[in-house]
Amino acid sequence: MPDISAWFNDLLSGNLIFTPTTLGYYWTGLVTTSQLVFLSLVIGLVMAVPLAIMRSSRRKWISLPVYVYTYVFRGTPLLIQLYIIYYGVVFFDGIQESFFWPIFREAFYPALIAFTLNTAAYTTEIFRGAIKATSKGEIEAARAYGMSQGLMMRRIIIPSAFRRALPAYGNEVIFMLHASAIASVVTLMDLTGAARYVYSRFYTPFEPFLFVALIYLCLTFAILFFFRFLEKKLLAHLKPQTP
Amino acid sequence: MKKLLSVSLIGLAVAAASSAQARDYDHVRIGVDVPYVPMEYRTPEGDLTGFDIDLGNAMCEEIGVTCEWIEQEWDGIIPGLLSRNYDAVMSSMTINDERRQQVLFSDPYITMPSAWFAPSNLDISEANEETLEGLTIGVQRGTLQDNYVTDNYSSVADISRYSTADDMVLDLDAQRLDIVFLDFPIGQSTLVENEDGDYTIVGEQISEPKEYFGDGFGIAFRQRDEALAEKFNEALATLKEDGTYDEIHARYFGEE
Repeated sequence: MPDISAWFNDLLSGNLIFTPTTLGYYWTGLVTTSQLVFLSLVIGLVMAVPLAIMRSSRRKWISLPVYVYTYVFRGTPLLIQLYIIYYGVVFFDGIQESFFWPIFREAFYPALIAFTLNTAAYTTEIFRGAIKATSKGEIEAARAYGMSQGLMMRRIIIPSAFRRALPAYGNEVIFMLHASAIASVVTLMDLTGAARYVYSRFYTPFEPFLFVALIYLCLTFAILFFFRFLEKKLLAHLKPQTP
Repeated sequence: MKKLLSVSLIGLAVAAASSAQARDYDHVRIGVDVPYVPMEYRTPEGDLTGFDIDLGNAMCEEIGVTCEWIEQEWDGIIPGLLSRNYDAVMSSMTINDERRQQVLFSDPYITMPSAWFAPSNLDISEANEETLEGLTIGVQRGTLQDNYVTDNYSSVADISRYSTADDMVLDLDAQRLDIVFLDFPIGQSTLVENEDGDYTIVGEQISEPKEYFGDGFGIAFRQRDEALAEKFNEALATLKEDGTYDEIHARYFGEE
């Protein structure tokens, strides 16, 4: 172990910008970014499934509220949503005394809420498109078997819609990762926040920003790889069949 | 064709080299981070004003150049100077060794301590490792206050960094921050004297160690613009002699 730390110190010696301290900041940043993106995607996905089903309903009073929600969150910049949720909530009288305050006091949760609502809106629309695109033949076949609406949704429409939505959803995941770079405007020390800190402390734009760009690239690669794997597994039946 | 290309490339290189030389300025662009009351801020009518602005304009007049103020957020203010978005920075910038490696400073034109400010109900009389434990401290990103707090208290307290002093005050009002650390007169005028909230200074004004708190505020130039810095130094000396400096000082800080 002392060997490694000696080697590490040697590697970093004579270097003002990549010190153990700044690398520590980048590590904290990586952890924060990963947590933020992962949690918002998971919660957003869980929200998006029922919302997408509601959104494709033929009953106006079910689909309209969801439409308004997705329209608002897709129609405004994420940065504005974050500002409103972070700086806006403090103007509600008495919020500091309410039981919400421990949540809104930290920068993490307002950011998480903004990101979750945003990605849920996009994911809802992606799923809705996939549900809409279900082929008529499958639905007619399900009806012919005497399936109820709910059973048909569960067994036929949703599974095939998921598969169709996969490539588009992979894109949404990558967009979310990149959009999370704005978290540093509300004092969060995410990857970009760490880079901004090092930049302003040492007045060097290239080293920190190129370094975190590299980390973002690696993360993106990991996501791409994961989705390619998923597509290979789940969309295997769509590949050209070779006898 | 190839020859033509290389000749024109040489021409470009020569032009670039000569423009990299120090030149005579008749128009100086000055970078400033607004607002930072009372050093630089906008009046309700939208005019730029403050101690730095008035003193800077007086110096420009003395030198005989026209000055243009360019707004720039603090955390990019030195890179902006180095990448020639403006020719000088006059924005409550403390002279210290770390910055001297990047920029050339004028003589200090004012010295200013830093101080801790907190809501009056925060029950501490002095800021140290014990009293700050577990609190959330607000600082402006990349300031010497940021460096000081980061190096001394990051192990015991949470530090929130803001791009502008405005956002920081907003979060102090919102009770997200327990205490902030900033230039004394700015805290005095934006928090203690000027707020609906109830804020007070915690402990003494701080101007030691010099390693962090430096030698007062200076105007920053690019390293090669020594002639320009010299002109501003002369102008400052003249203004101090003829009383203009004292008059501007009294306008923002009252009589001594």
